[in-house]
Amino acid sequence: MKNQPESPKMVEEILQIARAIGELATRPMRFMEVCGTHTMSIFRHGLRSLLPKTLELVSGPGCPVCVTSQEDIDRMIAFSLKEEVIVATFGDLVRVPGSRTSLAEARASGARVEIVYSPASALEIARQNPDKQVVFLGVGFETTAPTVAATILEADARDIQNLSVFSTHKVMPPALDALFRGQELGIDGLLCPGHVSAIIGARAYEKICQEFNIPCVVAGFEPEDILRGVFHLVRQKVKGVARVENVYERAVTWEGNQNACALMEKVFEKRDARWRGLGTIKGSGLAIRDDFSHLNAERRFDITVPETREKKGCLCGEIIRARALPLDCSLFGRVCTPTSPVGPCMVSSEGTCSAYYRYGGHA
Amino acid sequence: MCLAIPMEVKEITGTPGNFLDPPLAQVEAQGTRAQVRLDIVDRMPEVGDFVIVHAGFAIHTLSREEAEKSLELFKDMAKVAKGPGDEKPA
Ligand code: SF4
Repeated sequence: MKNQPESPKMVEEILQIARAIGELATRPMRFMEVCGTHTMSIFRHGLRSLLPKTLELVSGPGCPVCVTSQEDIDRMIAFSLKEEVIVATFGDLVRVPGSRTSLAEARASGARVEIVYSPASALEIARQNPDKQVVFLGVGFETTAPTVAATILEADARDIQNLSVFSTHKVMPPALDALFRGQELGIDGLLCPGHVSAIIGARAYEKICQEFNIPCVVAGFEPEDILRGVFHLVRQKVKGVARVENVYERAVTWEGNQNACALMEKVFEKRDARWRGLGTIKGSGLAIRDDFSHLNAERRFDITVPETREKKGCLCGEIIRARALPLDCSLFGRVCTPTSPVGPCMVSSEGTCSAYYRYGGHA
Repeated sequence: MCLAIPMEVKEITGTPGNFLDPPLAQVEAQGTRAQVRLDIVDRMPEVGDFVIVHAGFAIHTLSREEAEKSLELFKDMAKVAKGPGDEKPA
């Protein structure tokens, strides 16, 4: 284990859950953690080493940067190349390689790319740069989309003329549906994301759970949270049932956050969206509604990108679908490392390749 | 990256539903102070409540009792959870 918990009480509790899992999971089981933060936490705390050999954890399409299509990445870079534009973005996007260049390279050759921790900071940048156009790159699932919706509503109320948003926001349930519909996954249960579920509510998994007869457990991000989630998945599997359970009660309710959902609904409408590795999924993206088209970067600027090129040899698309592991990629750790990443899964702190690289499993 | 630490609400300003005067909270956890927006939170907190924060916005309010159980857990974890590359919103 990388980070040895110091408190004896904690360790004892964690080991207790791990032992309980070990006793129950006597036959092979394979679970998918859908959220990038889960992937990170599982590796950081060395949780795999505590689980019995019968149990396999694989990552799903839960890293927002990783599932962003190459074309959308290229568009983001194209915005940054416009003379009058300042791009405001979460840090994880900056080093993602596009077909030809990256935001980091664009910045090195003079483009203005500002890293923000909150979408609301883009408003500040717009205020400070009245002679520039600020484009915020909207990436993320149902947790981030409402924060961007609030930012758009504020920009609208304040009549800010030099801010717009490029929305590549996505919603999770249609992607999970597509994942299960598309192929035989061999997945025995879903560890459902914590903060996406805080917004959409645990009930959002009801349909997938029933239709595909797959156990779904919503869990938090601490080691204890995750192990408890895994325990509940194993228990469902052993009992032969498939239910939606929530073991992250301190943040997630059955109904979700109605206020955030209403704001999201006010600003965004569903559209088909393209995912890396999964292709186009119906109704899985969030487009800015016409009422706010004056704040829509796609309307404000005419952006066309040349034909996109996926990186040769990069298996990110397969990894997102649990079809491959980082170690299956011939570039992993040799050509592709966090300092010179080839694909988004190595760039993002939530990417599976990055987690494998930083916490063991080097090539 | 999602932060799972509930933060204590110390002060509230602004008006819910008014984007010209957005509701804000001063919050604190483990000695760190921050200002977060309350526009998208599920229930408006009161001073003394706790909130879970994502990308500078509170997304969920907890009462002190609800938060206490998890804070106890986090105090222990805080010592050990200082891995590389933390605290990035996504
Ligand atoms: S190791 Fe690099 S090239 Fe290979 S799949 Fe991961 S990100 Fe892509």
